[in-house]
Amino acid sequence: MIRLEKRPTPSRWWTAATPVLAVLLTMVAGGILFAALGKDPVAAIRIIFWDPLFSAQYASYSRPQLLVKSGPLILIAVGLSFGFRANIWNIGAEGQYIMGALAGAAVALAFHPMEARWLIFPLMVMAGALGGWAWAMIPAILKARFRTNEILVSLLLVYVAERFLAAMALGRMRNPDGGGFPGSRSISGYPSASNPELIAGTGMHWGVVAAFIAVIFAYVLLHRHMMGFHVRLLGQAPRAARFAGVVPGRLIILCMGLAGLLAGLAGMFEVAGPAGRISIDFGSGYGFTAIIVAFLGRLHPIGILLAGLLLGLTYIGGELAQLTLGLPAAAIQAFQGMLLFFLLGLDFLSNYRIRLNRAEAA
Amino acid sequence: MKRRALLSGAALALGLAGAAHADDPTKVGFVYVGPVGDYGWTATHDAARLEVEEHFGDAVETSYVESVAEGADAERVMTQMALQGHDLIFATSFGFGPDANNVAAQFPDVKFEHATGYQQDHENLSLYNARFYEGRAVIGHIAGHMTETNTIGYIASYPIPEVIHGINSAYIHAREVNPDVRFRVIWLFSWFDPSQEADAANALIEQGADVLMQHTDSSAPISIAQDAGIYAFGQASDMSEFGPDAHLTAILDIWAPYYIERVQAVMDGTWEPQDIWHGFAEGMVELSPLNDAIPEDVRASAMELREAIASGEYHPFTGPLNRQDGTPIVGEGEVISDADLLAMDYYVEGITAELPD
Repeated sequence: MIRLEKRPTPSRWWTAATPVLAVLLTMVAGGILFAALGKDPVAAIRIIFWDPLFSAQYASYSRPQLLVKSGPLILIAVGLSFGFRANIWNIGAEGQYIMGALAGAAVALAFHPMEARWLIFPLMVMAGALGGWAWAMIPAILKARFRTNEILVSLLLVYVAERFLAAMALGRMRNPDGGGFPGSRSISGYPSASNPELIAGTGMHWGVVAAFIAVIFAYVLLHRHMMGFHVRLLGQAPRAARFAGVVPGRLIILCMGLAGLLAGLAGMFEVAGPAGRISIDFGSGYGFTAIIVAFLGRLHPIGILLAGLLLGLTYIGGELAQLTLGLPAAAIQAFQGMLLFFLLGLDFLSNYRIRLNRAEAA
Repeated sequence: MKRRALLSGAALALGLAGAAHADDPTKVGFVYVGPVGDYGWTATHDAARLEVEEHFGDAVETSYVESVAEGADAERVMTQMALQGHDLIFATSFGFGPDANNVAAQFPDVKFEHATGYQQDHENLSLYNARFYEGRAVIGHIAGHMTETNTIGYIASYPIPEVIHGINSAYIHAREVNPDVRFRVIWLFSWFDPSQEADAANALIEQGADVLMQHTDSSAPISIAQDAGIYAFGQASDMSEFGPDAHLTAILDIWAPYYIERVQAVMDGTWEPQDIWHGFAEGMVELSPLNDAIPEDVRASAMELREAIASGEYHPFTGPLNRQDGTPIVGEGEVISDADLLAMDYYVEGITAELPD
């Protein structure tokens, strides 16, 4: 008989070991999937995990790209993790990301072609943060005041933000020199507003810097500050939290606001840097992928940092695998899904103990 | 700046290596905005890629990356292609324009071909596009004849000039044969979204449409039309298998001849940047076999229209044409310029719908 026994406290050893084990299991299961598709599984795994970091031919390019890809994921996921810990489910980071980008771009386009980086860029940062924050305030206030479901409201606001983005790309923000085509003028090409690579060849831009700062900030806040304690308390024991003086409404506003602010910042840094301009399809799903990153990282700032880098690696390696092996994009997505599946599945082991015992005589 | 220097250094090294092995196959990369299985836009490009492979055999090596988002992702994919020694890269979506130009700047030895765009800042980047509106003129003509409710439903993607002049072209030629015809347009703000396309098709049918047209890439509207017992037109590829009775014809995108020609040019060292816009005449736009449901006389007049456009005898945007608000576009017998077509952001007179802001 196999028997499950709940551990009194989660096993520390398993908590540390499961991410590694999950990656290994993903490699094995993914390898079987790739083999079933008629591709060399060892080569595929090597291309996905090894080549982007160490290939002599293109690692010097793809390594910095890892930061470019992971930066916004980490920044958004850190923001989301606060709410998730307190059982506040902001699913609409994608919308907040888009609104932050639009607000930042609006500032840049309003000042164009004035040259005053000291003024314009900081204003853009503030506008980006504010844009994302304001968009997150809609579900937050609705929930705090009227107890609406923040999952639905924040998710639906993503679609509103996408429509708004399309309207902006086709209307107010359209490049007047673009011959009637949609999309704004280049923001990354406008020196006072651009978010360039800070050190050549590293992929480091202000958004990546912000992501690292957010990780440290979140760590301190969660583990050394009263607010972090309240967040965790509200998530684990809402009734106890109330006795401890936590005002849920205030915490909802705070957590949602923080998530919106960081998502907005991520969008603003993206539009001024790697994406470079407002276009109809600017929102490319970072806000949704960041939810996966937050959970892969177990809502812990350091975990999120590692998870963001790992997921970024599978994206970049996945593209390489498509290019060199002709693997379909869907196989890569399935592979990424397996990673999450194994990680969450194995979580079980840190909370439960599996016991084998012989059937006892009656 | 330094990274650029580094990258072009790498490109140069690869270029030299390529020259040293003259027998090496020509490497051609394709960047797709959708999945290769969309049965629409991306599927047609991938079909052309396979024809390139078939035509050149071992002399080429093709690769592709599908479902690539525009912006940083597209730029990275193209850069990786260039770093891996691709000689020619087809960026097959409008939105890849700025990205293709950025990468082209860093790899002067790699040739780039950008579909349906306008930005051409570098000597190693070409633009190519198809005159889909020519096909839309013919399906508009057929739709005008086939509708009994005088209501045609149009599932549109983004309000950009290419889509808007497609609607106008279809409307002008539907009205020509049926003055009472009305167009209902639903904008999806997506190129490929089967569930939204199906919803839009149902909504249009509820509003009385008995012929559907689409400027989105999935086959969902064809299936809906089949179930509802009405007619529809396929997009980009022959979608008749999804609705054998509903599917009147499809506007086909035929990229293979152009792709083969450009790959050959790279092999011969005769590749030059250009900006082409091909239609029926060059074979880049074609119609799939007409459904038997179309009466003989309509079939004949539709083919006549197709021939007139192909021969250059007739242009689908021939005056007199007015904008929706009545201001003239072109006068009697005049023909609209390509530049005006490519910037068209208004409906023609008679369409009662309104463009989204």
